[in-house]
Amino acid sequence: MQAVISVTGKDSVGIVAKTANKCAEYNVNIADVSQTILQNYFVMIMLVDIDNISVPFNDFVDIMSEMGKQNNLEIHTMHEDIFNSMHRI
Amino acid sequence: MLNIHDIQETINMIRDENLDIRTVTMGISLFDCVSDDENRLNEKIYDKITKSAEKLVSECEVIEKQYGIPIINKRVSLTPISLVGGAISPEGYVRIAHTLDKAAQNIGINFIGGFGALVEKGMTLGAANLIEAIPQALAETNLVCSSVNVASTKAGINMDALAKMGGIIKKAAYLTRDRDSIGCAKFVVFANVPQDNPFMAGAFHGVGENEKIINVGVSGPGVVASAIKRAGNCRLDELAEVIKKTAFKITRVGQLVAHEASSRLGVPFGIVDLSLAPTPAVGDSVAYILEGMGLEKCGAHGTTAALAMLNDAVKKGGVMASSHVGGLSGAFIPVSEDAGMISAAATGALTLEKLEAMTAVCSVGLDMIAIPGDTPEEVICGIIADEISIGVANTKTTAVRVIPAYGKKEGDSVVFGGLLGEAPVMHVNTNSPAVFINRGGRVPAPIHSLKN
Repeated sequence: MQAVISVTGKDSVGIVAKTANKCAEYNVNIADVSQTILQNYFVMIMLVDIDNISVPFNDFVDIMSEMGKQNNLEIHTMHEDIFNSMHRI
Repeated sequence: MLNIHDIQETINMIRDENLDIRTVTMGISLFDCVSDDENRLNEKIYDKITKSAEKLVSECEVIEKQYGIPIINKRVSLTPISLVGGAISPEGYVRIAHTLDKAAQNIGINFIGGFGALVEKGMTLGAANLIEAIPQALAETNLVCSSVNVASTKAGINMDALAKMGGIIKKAAYLTRDRDSIGCAKFVVFANVPQDNPFMAGAFHGVGENEKIINVGVSGPGVVASAIKRAGNCRLDELAEVIKKTAFKITRVGQLVAHEASSRLGVPFGIVDLSLAPTPAVGDSVAYILEGMGLEKCGAHGTTAALAMLNDAVKKGGVMASSHVGGLSGAFIPVSEDAGMISAAATGALTLEKLEAMTAVCSVGLDMIAIPGDTPEEVICGIIADEISIGVANTKTTAVRVIPAYGKKEGDSVVFGGLLGEAPVMHVNTNSPAVFINRGGRVPAPIHSLKN
């Protein structure tokens, strides 16, 4: 199973590293990353595997959101099913 | 494999275009609560609701977090209380309303529906007593919603029942005069009422339904408005395609949430209501969709045509996205709950008569419309009779939820706050229909051949 982590906020050093480290900490494997800077604004969408995640998925959602708050970023983690429902017939 | 463009589109819909699930509503049958002892009846109703829907709010919150999609309302709909209460007194029905309010507060939902009666052909003693209790019940409770079905295409219009509605609405307005007559915002009069509607104030659990059921109402006017804006200056058939595709995506999310809620709560899935339900938030308005389609202001000539096309495209797109569709399914046009409608009504572009015409081609009816507090009862009955006739003649659901705001006159406004929003008090034609209304009796069911 996969999930999508979206990260937005003012650009600063180490955003990708912090997000990736947090994923590694909970055994979440990064499958794909799309990242860009729009007028000093950092935007990243990360597709991750959560098959071997070490905590319940909804706890991971909170952990990532909290990490975002600590770094002035907005981080949302969503289960892949919402995207599959919307975009696959 | 998901692609980044699709992911971005979904995230934008939720974050920037106000996509949400408007309501997850659990329907609960109360037939097994029937008792000849009023206290026992109240106890059984309270226990049934609080046990059945104990986890409704918490499980919905888990789903919200898992999928990152807000579920705005968690609600309960019940077997029409007049069918359960039987011939208990009006005071007894008020006490049941208090029981429902207490149960709703206990489980943390924001509205409970079903304090109502089905009187399209005639009225039982229980229905009459419940109807008499409605104003006091609405004034003394916060979360209880009430509806009365006064007509159907098969039965015609019960004018004896309809003639009572003006008085009931005026009394509810008076009893809640200190809160801009909010009692009327929790009461709706129907024709052809659906038995599985998840939306308030008209939700109830129909007699042919399961013991319990999960019904979901989707939303997304902001998403449709944005898609129309992106489509630019295209032809109307292309625009219809854009709306259909968008409605499909919105409804798929509703279907996902409905299935997840059904499986987590162990309650069968009923229907997804394919609705475009606005909120007072700017960017979540059906009126702005119509204006985006090319009208200078909602209410302009051409509004009914645009709304008919929008409503049809929403249904066509949504119906393929869900295994079971029901409820009210269509665009809602509640004035107080839609920033664009509020603006159009305040500037005089949108009139009561235009709203009535619009209801002939979309979901529900005259909804959340504030009118002067001194509007005579018979005129309110006339408004209801007109609207209900549109439903009966066209084999569709129509309804009226008007607020004769006590002490307010045309040009004033009422403020309810939250999802109920605020509304300018609109002009009403006060030429009297009293003699017609007070004739009583039944308007015969319409013929359905010789269509013209």
